Amino acid sequence: MTDFEPKIVAFLCNWCSYAGADLAGTSRMEYPSNVTIIRVPCSGRMNPIFVLKCLMNGSDGVLISGCHTGDCHYSEGNFYARRRFAVLKSFLGYLGIDPRRFQMSWVSASEGDKWAKLIHELVAEIKEAGPNKMGKE
Amino acid sequence: MKIGVFVCHCGTNISATVDVEEAAAAIGKLQNVKLSVTYRYMCSAPGQELIKKAVREESLDRIVIASCSPALHEKTFRKCAEEAGINPYLIEIANIREHCSWVHKEKKEATRKAIELVKIAVAKVARNKPLKKTYVPIEKKVLIIGGGISGVQSAIDISFAKYPAVIVEREPSIGGKMAQFDKTFPTLDCAACILTPKMVTVSQNKYVTIHTYSEIESVTGHVGDFTVKIRKKARSVDLDKCTGCGACFAKCPVKVDSEFDMRLGKRKAIYVPFPQAVPNVPVIDREHCLWFQKQTCGACKKICPFGAINYEMPDEIIEEKFGAIIVATGFTQFDHSVYGEYGYGKYKDVITGLHFERMANSSGPTGGRIIRPSDGKEAQDVVFIQCVGSRDEQKGVPYCSRVCCMYTAKHALLLKEHNKDAQAYVFYIDIRAAGKNYEEFVKKVQDEYGAIYLRGRVSRIFEKKGKLIVRGADTLSGSQIEIKADLVVLATGLIAQGDAVELAQMLHIPYDQNKLFTEAHPKLAPAETITSGIFLTGACQSPKDIPDTVATASAASVKALGLLIQGELEREPLIAKVNTDLCSGCKACVIACPFRAIEMKEIEDKKLKRKRNAAQVIEGVCTGCGNCTAVCRMAAIDLEGFSDKQIMGEIEAL
Amino acid sequence: MRYAYYPGCSLHSTAKEYDLSAKEVARSLGIELMEIPDWICCGATPAHITMNLLSIALPVKNLLKAKSMGSYEVVACCAACFNRLKVANAFMETRDEDRRKVEDIVGEPYRGEVKVRHFLDVLANQFGLKNLKEKVARQLTGLKVACYYGCLLTRPKDITGFDDLEEPHLMDDMMKAIGVEPVNWPYKTECCGASFSLSRTDIVLRLSRDILQMASDEGAQAIVVACPLCQSNLDLRQGMVNKKYNTNFNIPILYFTQVLGLALGIEAKKLGFEKHIVSPLSLLKECSRRLNVGYIPTKREP
Repeated sequence: MTDFEPKIVAFLCNWCSYAGADLAGTSRMEYPSNVTIIRVPCSGRMNPIFVLKCLMNGSDGVLISGCHTGDCHYSEGNFYARRRFAVLKSFLGYLGIDPRRFQMSWVSASEGDKWAKLIHELVAEIKEAGPNKMGKE
Repeated sequence: MKIGVFVCHCGTNISATVDVEEAAAAIGKLQNVKLSVTYRYMCSAPGQELIKKAVREESLDRIVIASCSPALHEKTFRKCAEEAGINPYLIEIANIREHCSWVHKEKKEATRKAIELVKIAVAKVARNKPLKKTYVPIEKKVLIIGGGISGVQSAIDISFAKYPAVIVEREPSIGGKMAQFDKTFPTLDCAACILTPKMVTVSQNKYVTIHTYSEIESVTGHVGDFTVKIRKKARSVDLDKCTGCGACFAKCPVKVDSEFDMRLGKRKAIYVPFPQAVPNVPVIDREHCLWFQKQTCGACKKICPFGAINYEMPDEIIEEKFGAIIVATGFTQFDHSVYGEYGYGKYKDVITGLHFERMANSSGPTGGRIIRPSDGKEAQDVVFIQCVGSRDEQKGVPYCSRVCCMYTAKHALLLKEHNKDAQAYVFYIDIRAAGKNYEEFVKKVQDEYGAIYLRGRVSRIFEKKGKLIVRGADTLSGSQIEIKADLVVLATGLIAQGDAVELAQMLHIPYDQNKLFTEAHPKLAPAETITSGIFLTGACQSPKDIPDTVATASAASVKALGLLIQGELEREPLIAKVNTDLCSGCKACVIACPFRAIEMKEIEDKKLKRKRNAAQVIEGVCTGCGNCTAVCRMAAIDLEGFSDKQIMGEIEAL
Repeated sequence: MRYAYYPGCSLHSTAKEYDLSAKEVARSLGIELMEIPDWICCGATPAHITMNLLSIALPVKNLLKAKSMGSYEVVACCAACFNRLKVANAFMETRDEDRRKVEDIVGEPYRGEVKVRHFLDVLANQFGLKNLKEKVARQLTGLKVACYYGCLLTRPKDITGFDDLEEPHLMDDMMKAIGVEPVNWPYKTECCGASFSLSRTDIVLRLSRDILQMASDEGAQAIVVACPLCQSNLDLRQGMVNKKYNTNFNIPILYFTQVLGLALGIEAKKLGFEKHIVSPLSLLKECSRRLNVGYIPTKREP
């Protein structure tokens, strides 16, 4: 259990969160390497199927990160995402998935430090949730 | 399929923590990867040559570059691919620098993650489709939000190229904060003397339209095609009829504190903010005008020889199209009433830098006399406190406002020129005099004008027997000092305007934690935003002095002109597309689209042999956000560049 | 109104008059102050400059004792005790890691659930200034005082949550309500030298002199305080100040509870005036002469 290194996928919106993660890199902030980033144009692009596929394929955690309220580069995409994924999160238990494995965050392009801090906390939380048994049979 | 993978060392930026050779070797083993090599600087000319040569020799048809963030070089490599003969949209970039080598120290882990990131990119590019850029016409007109020195300079530059510019200024006159200054550092040029010729130039220029006393209501559209609603607030004075004779405000019986004079003097309810105002047409302050408040008086209307007064004038909303927008909204002063140690804004003789400017100005409220606002006596002992609000993480803003050291030195000089027996004391943390002739200026103020510079903070100001007792530290001599001052001038910091966030959200431009608008790149693109077609100049991006403001104004103008000159604008083809065979016509996408870029069109259904409605994307308007794709129940609409197949491919490759 | 009462070490010894007058005022207003049984020292300055955990554990121990009395708020009169109790509460509410260490020391879990108030806050805000005004039985008009808050009552703002940081006014408001004139002076929160009283008396003398001088310049006849150390530095050391700086201050340093007690009609002799070094008796004699009401301690009250 102590050697468990979770595999986490993060879907980042291009304009805010992806740029925020870039800034964390430019600022050389160190954070755990458990998170692999996939770029999407907007958090509103995200389909719940993507999240479920990741989890069913064996990812231990999934994160979607978008722009702060009111700042979405495409006006409203993040509002749709917030609502859509609040619903998904409430179903995860019903599907037999630990709800801790799916999280949403709002990171702006200037919040490199917040991104790094977020990863530290996320990895710690997924470690507590333990390995995802799905997709490993 | 023959995918070529090119892993960049980026000098040692990547190769220091990621074993690029190992990564390239691992990727080379993947299906469809024909070639997997590394190079020191992929973005350089030889690096790009390497790619082109490989494409030729290995007949590659898709490319993956493992390098820095796509934010930096996606365009570079698209162009390179095109030159190599591959469709520019058949490339993908794996970010193994900002998201990997720069944030992980352990080599084994960093390499493993880098390999995974490249794997994903390979899986995605295998599903990319060749795309063609679209072209939209550009509206050849520039909107400039803000009519201060930065907005005025932008207008001058745009109009010089014979393109039309429209300035929308919130106050009744253009000129901004610079119009309030007395003299400017380090030349001691009179601010009005160097500003007003520019103001007159734009007002007389046939290419420039100025809307004063106006605000931006809404902005829709995109680069090349912005639709902007402008609210022209009711001036109550007809701009065409008024000649600026001044009879109206001479007669007006109502006196109100003048905002332009920082409430040190008065103006009338119908007023022109300052004598050199452009336009030189008064405005009625409806909240203080007797006609609007109590339906009495009406003196101005009676006396106006040209019938220019119109009490019934309503606000007017006009709509215009623009190809580019320059944001020049400037700054406002930090409110020092949060500092209880300086009196919470209650002491009349504790003032700000702008108050001092108005006093020093010979056409200001005190006729150029530097006095104590409490009793009107000439100020002899004046204490200047730098960094009020700036460099204060607890109660103010964390950044340095850049100009305060200089304007405080200037004030110390002006004080001595106005009151020859005066003594200036300046409390500072550091002296930042980095511009041309700035250091020499500060030294002159210390040597020739006798200003005493004290390195330390002020802990308290209190009143005793009509004087202000300023208690502070002098760290260079290691003692506590108390100065009996007549006047205290606080160098309050430059902060973002109160409605900066509202404007940023209207324009869809990002802003930082200090509400300053974010530039596209802090070093290489300070005058643009990440939003195509919207440019930044002046203090709304970061506090700066007049030379830098004018420089960024010209920079933003050049960027805007660069767009307009092209006639047609290339649009990225990463937009949504509908497969009408699958579309059920439910309109979920039409509702979800934030830009109303999807409309219903009648199509001929070949199978059912009748007409039905299906969704269609309006190419020029779609911005490629993908919200439609996420809501479509039929998977009929998909987003090029980030299609369902591409994202699924990335997920499966994990 | 019932409270758990934490007097602290000073109020049982060098600041006995504060304890006496506070209890008299409470009795007169129908406020019950139940002294916490077996309370211990709060640690004050010596604890927090030597060992952080000790400085939190000591107040927490007291707060736990208060908790065992029932669900009462704790009232303190001493500014340092008040401040340390509040700091301990803030620490236990927010510092998750360190809280466990303190809980290990005191042997019980605690999360800052026992609320702490200063007596000034209780009287001015909970009892209410308007109600105080109605209870005034003795007119003290003509008495001009400087209200001195010192350091610990209002700082740090996030901990004490009590009155304005730079320009506090609760004591001034209370004085006005009971008919005493508070002077407007700028040294309300200036440091008196605090616990340097023994180790660096020269600093205390200098700072106290400045305070006494400013109060005197602004026309105050007495200084009103809410802290035993402020009182002791300004009162006990006044003679030494006079000697060192060749001044002739004769400014009584009164606790606000003593002044309030007088206004409420409590017998002067019950308020501990004889314990002061700079005697307030002549000032009180003068006030009483002016107003034709006798309240010299030796006389019997009507």
